[in-house]
Amino acid sequence: MSKLYVARNPRVAARCLEGEMMLMSGRDSTLFTLNKTATILWQSADGTTPLDEIVARRICPEFDVEPGIALQDAENLARALAGHDIMQVSEQPIPPSAWPTGVSR
Amino acid sequence: MSGLMQEMTDKALALNIPMGVQIDLTYRCNERCVHCYLDHDNHGEMTTAEIKHLLNELAEAGVFILTFSGGEIFVRKDFFEILEYARRLTFCIKLKTNAILIGEREAARLRDLHVESIQISIYSHRPEIHDGITLVRGSLQRSLDAIRFLKSQGLRVIIANVLMVQNMQDYPMVRALAAELGVECTLDPTITPMMDGNRSILSLGVEPSSLREVFRDQTLVGNVDEFCAVPAAADEGTLESMPCSAGHTSCYVSPYGDVYPCVQFPLPTGNVRKQRFIDIWRHSDRMQEVRSIRVKDLTTCTQCTHVSNCTRCPGLAFMEGNMRGPSTQDCEKSFAKTGVPSANMLAKGRAAPNLVQIRPLPDLATASAYT
Repeated sequence: MSKLYVARNPRVAARCLEGEMMLMSGRDSTLFTLNKTATILWQSADGTTPLDEIVARRICPEFDVEPGIALQDAENLARALAGHDIMQVSEQPIPPSAWPTGVSR
Repeated sequence: MSGLMQEMTDKALALNIPMGVQIDLTYRCNERCVHCYLDHDNHGEMTTAEIKHLLNELAEAGVFILTFSGGEIFVRKDFFEILEYARRLTFCIKLKTNAILIGEREAARLRDLHVESIQISIYSHRPEIHDGITLVRGSLQRSLDAIRFLKSQGLRVIIANVLMVQNMQDYPMVRALAAELGVECTLDPTITPMMDGNRSILSLGVEPSSLREVFRDQTLVGNVDEFCAVPAAADEGTLESMPCSAGHTSCYVSPYGDVYPCVQFPLPTGNVRKQRFIDIWRHSDRMQEVRSIRVKDLTTCTQCTHVSNCTRCPGLAFMEGNMRGPSTQDCEKSFAKTGVPSANMLAKGRAAPNLVQIRPLPDLATASAYT
Protein backbone atom coordinates (compact mmCIF):
# COMPACT_ATOMS: atom_id res chain seq x y z
CA MET A 1 0.00 0.00 0.00
CA SER A 2 1.47 3.37 -0.99
CA LYS A 3 2.18 6.07 1.54
CA LEU A 4 0.00 9.14 1.75
CA TYR A 5 1.32 12.61 2.54
CA VAL A 6 -0.71 15.52 3.79
CA ALA A 7 0.09 19.23 3.94
CA ARG A 8 -1.73 22.27 5.23
CA ASN A 9 -2.84 24.63 2.46
CA PRO A 10 -0.97 27.88 3.16
CA ARG A 11 -3.88 29.89 1.78
CA VAL A 12 -5.81 28.96 4.91
CA ALA A 13 -5.99 31.18 7.99
CA ALA A 14 -5.82 29.17 11.19
CA ARG A 15 -5.85 29.59 14.94
CA CYS A 16 -6.22 27.09 17.74
CA LEU A 17 -8.72 27.93 20.50
CA GLU A 18 -8.24 25.58 23.42
CA GLY A 19 -7.36 22.55 21.32
CA GLU A 20 -9.97 23.27 18.67
CA MET A 21 -8.63 24.57 15.35
CA MET A 22 -10.49 27.35 13.57
CA LEU A 23 -9.80 27.57 9.84
CA MET A 24 -10.86 29.98 7.15
CA SER A 25 -10.72 28.77 3.59
CA GLY A 26 -8.60 30.88 1.26
CA ARG A 27 -10.93 29.95 -1.59
CA ASP A 28 -14.20 31.42 -0.35
CA SER A 29 -13.68 32.53 3.28
CA THR A 30 -15.78 29.65 4.59
CA LEU A 31 -15.09 28.98 8.27
CA PHE A 32 -14.39 25.50 9.59
CA THR A 33 -13.58 24.13 13.00
CA LEU A 34 -11.74 20.91 13.68
CA ASN A 35 -12.16 18.69 16.72
CA LYS A 36 -9.15 17.71 18.80
CA THR A 37 -8.23 14.66 16.68
CA ALA A 38 -8.55 16.56 13.42
CA THR A 39 -6.56 19.43 14.96
CA ILE A 40 -3.66 17.07 15.67
CA LEU A 41 -3.78 15.87 12.07
CA TRP A 42 -3.80 19.46 10.82
CA GLN A 43 -0.88 20.47 13.01
CA SER A 44 1.13 17.42 11.95
CA ALA A 45 0.46 17.83 8.22
CA ASP A 46 3.91 19.04 7.21
CA GLY A 47 3.95 17.51 3.72
CA THR A 48 6.85 15.20 4.51
CA THR A 49 5.65 12.93 7.35
CA PRO A 50 3.54 10.04 5.98
CA LEU A 51 -0.02 9.90 7.22
CA ASP A 52 0.40 6.46 8.80
CA GLU A 53 3.31 7.81 10.84
CA ILE A 54 1.24 10.81 12.01
CA VAL A 55 -1.53 8.45 13.08
CA ALA A 56 0.84 6.06 14.85
CA ARG A 57 2.91 8.73 16.61
CA ARG A 58 0.43 11.51 17.31
CA ILE A 59 -3.14 10.20 17.21
CA CYS A 60 -3.11 6.63 18.55
CA PRO A 61 -1.16 7.49 21.74
CA GLU A 62 -3.59 10.32 22.44
CA PHE A 63 -6.85 8.49 21.83
CA ASP A 64 -7.91 4.92 22.60
CA VAL A 65 -8.36 3.81 18.99
CA GLU A 66 -7.31 0.82 16.91
CA PRO A 67 -4.51 1.91 14.46
CA GLY A 68 -6.17 0.54 11.31
CA ILE A 69 -9.44 2.31 12.04
CA ALA A 70 -7.60 5.50 13.02
CA LEU A 71 -5.65 5.51 9.75
CA GLN A 72 -8.79 5.00 7.68
CA ASP A 73 -10.58 7.80 9.57
CA ALA A 74 -7.57 10.10 9.14
CA GLU A 75 -7.39 9.42 5.41
CA ASN A 76 -11.12 10.10 5.02
CA LEU A 77 -10.76 13.32 6.97
CA ALA A 78 -7.70 14.45 4.98
CA ARG A 79 -9.51 13.82 1.68
CA ALA A 80 -12.59 15.66 2.94
CA LEU A 81 -10.45 18.66 3.94
CA ALA A 82 -8.69 18.51 0.58
CA GLY A 83 -12.14 18.73 -1.02
CA HIS A 84 -12.57 22.05 0.73
CA ASP A 85 -9.12 23.22 -0.41
CA ILE A 86 -7.91 23.26 3.17
CA MET A 87 -5.41 20.43 2.95
CA GLN A 88 -3.32 18.88 0.21
CA VAL A 89 -3.12 15.08 -0.14
CA SER A 90 -0.56 13.31 -2.28
CA GLU A 91 1.12 9.94 -2.71
CA GLN A 92 4.41 11.83 -2.91
CA PRO A 93 5.93 14.12 -0.27
CA ILE A 94 4.75 17.68 -0.80
CA PRO A 95 7.89 19.83 -0.94
CA PRO A 96 7.87 23.39 0.36
CA SER A 97 8.61 24.62 -3.17
CA ALA A 98 5.19 23.34 -4.25
CA TRP A 99 3.56 25.80 -1.87
CA PRO A 100 2.27 29.10 -3.19
CA THR A 101 4.79 31.93 -3.20
CA GLY A 102 4.99 34.45 -0.43
CA VAL A 103 4.31 32.16 2.48
CA SER A 104 6.50 29.58 4.07
CA ARG A 105 5.20 27.01 6.51
CA MET B 1 -21.99 36.89 11.33
CA SER B 2 -22.25 33.21 10.41
CA GLY B 3 -23.42 30.73 13.02
CA LEU B 4 -19.99 29.15 13.28
CA MET B 5 -18.25 32.51 13.56
CA GLN B 6 -20.69 33.47 16.32
CA GLU B 7 -19.95 30.18 18.06
CA MET B 8 -16.20 30.77 17.90
CA THR B 9 -16.63 34.38 19.03
CA ASP B 10 -18.66 33.17 22.01
CA LYS B 11 -15.91 30.69 22.79
CA ALA B 12 -13.26 33.41 22.51
CA LEU B 13 -15.34 35.58 24.84
CA ALA B 14 -15.60 32.80 27.40
CA LEU B 15 -11.84 32.22 27.21
CA ASN B 16 -11.04 35.95 27.25
CA ILE B 17 -9.28 35.71 23.88
CA PRO B 18 -9.11 38.70 21.53
CA MET B 19 -10.58 37.23 18.37
CA GLY B 20 -9.91 40.29 16.21
CA VAL B 21 -7.36 43.09 16.40
CA GLN B 22 -6.92 46.14 14.19
CA ILE B 23 -3.43 47.59 13.87
CA ASP B 24 -2.99 50.98 12.29
CA LEU B 25 0.48 50.65 10.80
CA THR B 26 0.82 54.38 10.26
CA TYR B 27 -1.20 57.57 10.50
CA ARG B 28 0.65 58.98 7.50
CA CYS B 29 -1.47 59.19 4.39
CA ASN B 30 -1.27 60.15 0.73
CA GLU B 31 -4.79 61.58 0.80
CA ARG B 32 -6.17 64.40 2.93
CA CYS B 33 -9.81 63.45 3.35
CA VAL B 34 -11.85 66.33 4.70
CA HIS B 35 -13.55 64.15 7.33
CA CYS B 36 -10.44 62.34 8.58
CA TYR B 37 -9.92 62.31 12.35
CA LEU B 38 -6.19 61.51 12.30
CA ASP B 39 -3.03 63.54 12.90
CA HIS B 40 -0.95 62.49 9.88
CA ASP B 41 2.46 63.45 11.29
CA ASN B 42 4.74 60.60 12.32
CA HIS B 43 5.28 60.79 16.08
CA GLY B 44 7.39 57.63 16.25
CA GLU B 45 5.75 54.67 14.54
CA MET B 46 6.60 51.13 15.59
CA THR B 47 9.54 49.77 13.62
CA THR B 48 9.32 46.65 11.46
CA ALA B 49 10.92 44.62 14.26
CA GLU B 50 8.49 46.00 16.85
CA ILE B 51 5.52 45.14 14.66
CA LYS B 52 6.81 41.61 14.05
CA HIS B 53 7.26 41.16 17.78
CA LEU B 54 3.70 42.37 18.33
CA LEU B 55 2.41 39.95 15.68
CA ASN B 56 4.09 37.07 17.51
CA GLU B 57 2.37 38.18 20.72
CA LEU B 58 -1.01 38.48 19.01
CA ALA B 59 -0.73 34.99 17.49
CA GLU B 60 0.22 33.62 20.88
CA ALA B 61 -2.77 35.40 22.45
CA GLY B 62 -5.08 33.61 19.99
CA VAL B 63 -5.94 36.49 17.65
CA PHE B 64 -7.46 35.12 14.45
CA ILE B 65 -8.64 38.13 12.44
CA LEU B 66 -6.04 40.83 11.92
CA THR B 67 -6.94 44.09 10.21
CA PHE B 68 -4.20 46.35 8.90
CA SER B 69 -5.31 49.91 8.49
CA GLY B 70 -4.03 53.48 8.79
CA GLY B 71 -3.43 56.20 7.61
CA GLU B 72 -2.49 54.57 4.36
CA ILE B 73 -0.84 51.19 4.87
CA PHE B 74 0.95 51.21 1.52
CA VAL B 75 3.00 54.30 2.38
CA ARG B 76 5.02 52.05 4.72
CA LYS B 77 7.97 50.73 2.72
CA ASP B 78 7.95 47.57 4.85
CA PHE B 79 4.25 46.85 4.35
CA PHE B 80 4.69 43.65 2.34
CA GLU B 81 7.37 42.41 4.74
CA ILE B 82 4.91 42.87 7.62
CA LEU B 83 2.07 41.28 5.67
CA GLU B 84 4.16 38.26 4.71
CA TYR B 85 5.23 37.81 8.31
CA ALA B 86 1.60 38.00 9.46
CA ARG B 87 0.54 35.36 6.95
CA ARG B 88 3.28 33.04 8.14
CA LEU B 89 1.62 33.31 11.53
CA THR B 90 -1.63 32.19 9.78
CA PHE B 91 -3.73 35.23 10.63
CA CYS B 92 -6.84 35.92 8.60
CA ILE B 93 -5.85 39.28 7.13
CA LYS B 94 -8.14 42.14 6.20
CA LEU B 95 -6.83 45.40 4.74
CA LYS B 96 -8.26 48.92 4.74
CA THR B 97 -6.73 51.23 2.17
CA ASN B 98 -7.43 53.99 -0.34
CA ALA B 99 -5.64 51.71 -2.84
CA ILE B 100 -4.08 54.47 -4.90
CA LEU B 101 -0.66 52.82 -4.56
CA ILE B 102 -1.94 49.41 -5.67
CA GLY B 103 -0.89 48.53 -9.20
CA GLU B 104 -0.93 45.18 -10.99
CA ARG B 105 2.25 44.03 -9.23
CA GLU B 106 0.93 44.85 -5.76
CA ALA B 107 -2.39 43.16 -6.53
CA ALA B 108 -0.57 39.98 -7.57
CA ARG B 109 1.45 40.01 -4.34
CA LEU B 110 -1.71 40.41 -2.27
CA ARG B 111 -3.15 37.40 -4.05
CA ASP B 112 -0.02 35.37 -3.35
CA LEU B 113 -0.24 36.29 0.31
CA HIS B 114 -3.90 35.22 0.50
CA VAL B 115 -5.40 38.35 1.98
CA GLU B 116 -9.02 37.71 2.98
CA SER B 117 -10.44 41.07 1.91
CA ILE B 118 -9.44 44.59 0.95
CA GLN B 119 -11.72 47.46 1.95
CA ILE B 120 -11.34 50.55 -0.20
CA SER B 121 -12.87 53.96 0.44
CA ILE B 122 -14.90 55.31 -2.46
CA TYR B 123 -16.91 58.46 -1.76
CA SER B 124 -18.61 59.03 -5.09
CA HIS B 125 -18.75 57.83 -8.67
CA ARG B 126 -18.01 61.43 -9.70
CA PRO B 127 -14.32 62.45 -9.70
CA GLU B 128 -15.14 66.02 -8.72
CA ILE B 129 -16.88 64.81 -5.55
CA HIS B 130 -14.52 61.92 -4.60
CA ASP B 131 -11.36 63.90 -5.34
CA GLY B 132 -12.91 66.91 -3.62
CA ILE B 133 -13.16 64.82 -0.44
CA THR B 134 -9.71 63.17 -0.68
CA LEU B 135 -8.15 66.44 -1.89
CA VAL B 136 -6.04 64.40 -4.35
CA ARG B 137 -6.73 64.96 -8.02
CA GLY B 138 -7.14 61.69 -9.92
CA SER B 139 -7.60 59.63 -6.76
CA LEU B 140 -10.96 58.17 -7.82
CA GLN B 141 -9.51 56.87 -11.07
CA ARG B 142 -6.51 55.37 -9.28
CA SER B 143 -8.68 53.68 -6.64
CA LEU B 144 -10.99 52.25 -9.31
CA ASP B 145 -8.02 51.00 -11.34
CA ALA B 146 -6.75 49.27 -8.20
CA ILE B 147 -10.13 47.63 -7.61
CA ARG B 148 -10.01 46.21 -11.13
CA PHE B 149 -6.46 44.89 -10.60
CA LEU B 150 -7.49 43.26 -7.33
CA LYS B 151 -10.62 41.74 -8.82
CA SER B 152 -8.65 40.36 -11.73
CA GLN B 153 -6.54 38.50 -9.15
CA GLY B 154 -9.69 36.98 -7.65
CA LEU B 155 -9.45 38.98 -4.43
CA ARG B 156 -12.43 40.01 -2.33
CA VAL B 157 -12.91 43.79 -2.44
CA ILE B 158 -15.34 45.84 -0.37
CA ILE B 159 -16.10 49.46 -1.22
CA ALA B 160 -16.60 51.54 1.93
CA ASN B 161 -18.81 54.52 1.20
CA VAL B 162 -18.80 57.04 4.05
CA LEU B 163 -21.82 59.27 3.75
CA MET B 164 -21.40 63.01 4.24
CA VAL B 165 -23.20 66.14 3.13
CA GLN B 166 -20.95 66.36 0.05
CA ASN B 167 -21.65 62.88 -1.32
CA MET B 168 -24.96 61.93 0.25
CA GLN B 169 -26.90 61.88 -3.00
CA ASP B 170 -24.32 59.70 -4.77
CA TYR B 171 -24.63 56.48 -2.80
CA PRO B 172 -27.03 54.75 -5.25
CA MET B 173 -24.51 55.31 -8.04
CA VAL B 174 -21.62 54.11 -5.86
CA ARG B 175 -23.60 50.95 -5.20
CA ALA B 176 -24.25 50.60 -8.93
CA LEU B 177 -20.54 51.07 -9.58
CA ALA B 178 -19.73 48.37 -7.01
CA ALA B 179 -22.17 46.00 -8.72
CA GLU B 180 -20.58 46.75 -12.09
CA LEU B 181 -17.13 46.04 -10.64
CA GLY B 182 -18.39 42.87 -8.97
CA VAL B 183 -17.47 43.98 -5.45
CA GLU B 184 -19.34 44.47 -2.19
CA CYS B 185 -20.37 47.87 -0.89
CA THR B 186 -20.99 49.15 2.62
CA LEU B 187 -22.46 52.50 3.64
CA ASP B 188 -21.56 54.28 6.85
CA PRO B 189 -22.94 57.64 7.96
CA THR B 190 -20.64 57.85 11.00
CA ILE B 191 -18.14 60.69 11.22
CA THR B 192 -15.65 60.34 14.09
CA PRO B 193 -14.41 63.38 16.06
CA MET B 194 -10.74 64.32 15.65
CA MET B 195 -8.21 62.53 17.85
CA ASP B 196 -7.57 65.73 19.80
CA GLY B 197 -11.26 65.93 20.70
CA ASN B 198 -12.13 68.57 18.10
CA ARG B 199 -15.69 67.85 17.00
CA SER B 200 -15.89 70.39 14.16
CA ILE B 201 -15.76 67.72 11.43
CA LEU B 202 -19.04 66.30 12.72
CA SER B 203 -20.68 69.12 10.78
CA LEU B 204 -19.86 67.10 7.65
CA GLY B 205 -22.31 64.42 8.76
CA VAL B 206 -25.50 63.91 6.78
CA GLU B 207 -28.57 65.92 7.73
CA PRO B 208 -31.17 64.05 9.81
CA SER B 209 -33.69 64.36 6.97
CA SER B 210 -31.24 62.73 4.55
CA LEU B 211 -30.48 59.99 7.03
CA ARG B 212 -34.19 59.38 7.34
CA GLU B 213 -34.36 58.87 3.56
CA VAL B 214 -31.44 56.43 3.62
CA PHE B 215 -33.15 54.35 6.30
CA ARG B 216 -36.26 54.20 4.12
CA ASP B 217 -34.44 53.03 1.01
CA GLN B 218 -35.85 49.56 0.45
CA THR B 219 -32.86 48.55 -1.66
CA LEU B 220 -30.67 49.07 1.41
CA VAL B 221 -32.74 47.95 4.37
CA GLY B 222 -35.19 45.46 2.90
CA ASN B 223 -38.46 45.67 4.78
CA VAL B 224 -38.70 49.36 5.67
CA ASP B 225 -41.57 48.93 8.16
CA GLU B 226 -39.62 46.30 10.01
CA PHE B 227 -36.32 48.19 9.87
CA CYS B 228 -37.83 51.46 11.04
CA ALA B 229 -40.18 49.99 13.64
CA VAL B 230 -40.01 51.24 17.21
CA PRO B 231 -38.17 48.47 19.07
CA ALA B 232 -39.78 46.29 21.71
CA ALA B 233 -39.05 47.09 25.33
CA ALA B 234 -35.73 45.76 26.60
CA ASP B 235 -35.91 42.38 28.31
CA GLU B 236 -33.57 41.11 30.98
CA GLY B 237 -31.31 39.49 28.38
CA THR B 238 -30.76 42.82 26.66
CA LEU B 239 -30.02 44.60 29.92
CA GLU B 240 -27.46 41.97 30.88
CA SER B 241 -25.77 42.02 27.45
CA MET B 242 -22.52 43.75 26.43
CA PRO B 243 -22.81 47.08 24.64
CA CYS B 244 -20.41 45.91 21.86
CA SER B 245 -17.36 43.71 21.23
CA ALA B 246 -14.79 46.44 22.01
CA GLY B 247 -12.49 45.17 24.75
CA HIS B 248 -14.38 41.87 24.92
CA THR B 249 -13.25 40.02 21.79
CA SER B 250 -11.51 42.79 19.91
CA CYS B 251 -9.21 45.76 20.35
CA TYR B 252 -7.04 48.24 18.48
CA VAL B 253 -3.31 49.05 18.41
CA SER B 254 -2.08 52.43 17.18
CA PRO B 255 1.12 52.96 15.13
CA TYR B 256 2.80 54.00 18.39
CA GLY B 257 1.93 50.78 20.20
CA ASP B 258 -0.92 52.14 22.28
CA VAL B 259 -3.70 49.62 22.89
CA TYR B 260 -7.32 50.79 22.94
CA PRO B 261 -10.60 48.88 23.20
CA CYS B 262 -11.43 49.94 19.61
CA VAL B 263 -10.21 52.28 16.88
CA GLN B 264 -13.16 54.49 17.77
CA PHE B 265 -12.65 54.28 21.55
CA PRO B 266 -9.59 56.39 22.47
CA LEU B 267 -9.16 55.12 26.02
CA PRO B 268 -5.48 54.14 26.37
CA THR B 269 -5.10 50.83 28.19
CA GLY B 270 -1.36 50.20 27.80
CA ASN B 271 1.52 50.23 25.32
CA VAL B 272 3.07 47.18 23.70
CA ARG B 273 6.49 48.84 23.73
CA LYS B 274 6.42 48.69 27.52
CA GLN B 275 4.19 45.71 28.31
CA ARG B 276 3.29 42.38 26.80
CA PHE B 277 0.10 42.59 24.77
CA ILE B 278 -1.53 39.76 26.70
CA ASP B 279 -0.89 41.51 30.01
CA ILE B 280 -2.60 44.65 28.75
CA TRP B 281 -5.49 42.60 27.37
CA ARG B 282 -6.01 40.59 30.53
CA HIS B 283 -5.01 42.93 33.32
CA SER B 284 -5.37 46.58 32.30
CA ASP B 285 -7.72 48.28 34.78
CA ARG B 286 -9.23 50.35 32.00
CA MET B 287 -9.79 47.33 29.76
CA GLN B 288 -11.40 45.58 32.71
CA GLU B 289 -13.64 48.58 33.31
CA VAL B 290 -14.82 48.62 29.69
CA ARG B 291 -15.37 44.88 29.92
CA SER B 292 -17.45 45.19 33.08
CA ILE B 293 -20.11 47.42 31.53
CA ARG B 294 -23.46 45.90 30.69
CA VAL B 295 -26.42 47.61 29.01
CA LYS B 296 -28.15 47.88 32.41
CA ASP B 297 -25.25 50.09 33.58
CA LEU B 298 -25.77 52.75 30.92
CA THR B 299 -26.93 56.07 32.23
CA THR B 300 -29.82 57.58 30.27
CA CYS B 301 -29.89 54.73 27.71
CA THR B 302 -31.60 52.27 30.07
CA GLN B 303 -34.57 54.69 30.14
CA CYS B 304 -34.62 54.95 26.34
CA THR B 305 -37.16 53.47 23.95
CA HIS B 306 -34.35 52.40 21.63
CA VAL B 307 -32.16 50.56 24.12
CA SER B 308 -32.93 47.08 22.76
CA ASN B 309 -32.09 47.96 19.17
CA CYS B 310 -29.65 50.84 19.33
CA THR B 311 -26.34 51.04 17.44
CA ARG B 312 -24.86 53.00 20.38
CA CYS B 313 -21.07 53.19 20.10
CA PRO B 314 -19.36 53.16 23.52
CA GLY B 315 -16.32 54.87 21.98
CA LEU B 316 -18.34 57.78 20.62
CA ALA B 317 -20.06 57.98 24.03
CA PHE B 318 -16.61 58.10 25.66
CA MET B 319 -15.61 60.92 23.32
CA GLU B 320 -18.72 62.77 24.48
CA GLY B 321 -17.44 62.44 28.03
CA ASN B 322 -18.92 59.24 29.49
CA MET B 323 -18.35 55.66 28.33
CA ARG B 324 -21.58 54.72 30.12
CA GLY B 325 -23.48 57.58 28.53
CA PRO B 326 -25.31 57.91 25.24
CA SER B 327 -23.71 58.45 21.86
CA THR B 328 -25.62 61.33 20.32
CA GLN B 329 -24.80 60.29 16.75
CA ASP B 330 -26.47 56.96 17.40
CA CYS B 331 -29.41 58.67 19.10
CA GLU B 332 -29.85 60.61 15.88
CA LYS B 333 -29.76 57.42 13.86
CA SER B 334 -32.44 55.84 16.04
CA PHE B 335 -34.53 58.99 15.69
CA ALA B 336 -34.09 59.03 11.91
CA LYS B 337 -35.17 55.40 11.74
CA THR B 338 -38.22 55.52 13.97
CA GLY B 339 -39.22 59.16 14.39
CA VAL B 340 -39.08 58.65 18.14
CA PRO B 341 -36.51 60.81 19.95
CA SER B 342 -34.09 59.08 22.29
CA ALA B 343 -34.07 59.67 26.05
CA ASN B 344 -30.81 61.59 25.56
CA MET B 345 -32.34 63.87 22.93
CA LEU B 346 -35.33 64.57 25.15
CA ALA B 347 -33.10 65.31 28.11
CA LYS B 348 -31.07 67.74 26.03
CA GLY B 349 -34.17 69.23 24.40
CA ARG B 350 -32.73 68.25 21.01
CA ALA B 351 -36.06 66.99 19.69
CA ALA B 352 -39.66 67.58 20.55
CA PRO B 353 -41.54 64.52 21.71
CA ASN B 354 -43.52 62.99 18.93
CA LEU B 355 -46.87 63.75 20.58
CA VAL B 356 -49.95 65.67 19.53
CA GLN B 357 -49.99 68.75 21.70
CA ILE B 358 -53.39 69.66 23.13
CA ARG B 359 -53.78 73.36 23.59
CA PRO B 360 -56.76 75.40 24.80
CA LEU B 361 -58.95 76.78 22.05
CA PRO B 362 -58.30 80.44 21.32
CA ASP B 363 -61.01 82.75 22.59
CA LEU B 364 -63.36 84.12 20.01
CA ALA B 365 -61.83 87.56 19.95
CA THR B 366 -58.41 86.11 19.12
CA ALA B 367 -59.88 83.60 16.72
CA SER B 368 -61.63 86.33 14.77
CA ALA B 369 -58.31 87.93 14.13
CA TYR B 370 -57.49 84.95 11.92
CA THR B 371 -60.69 85.00 9.96
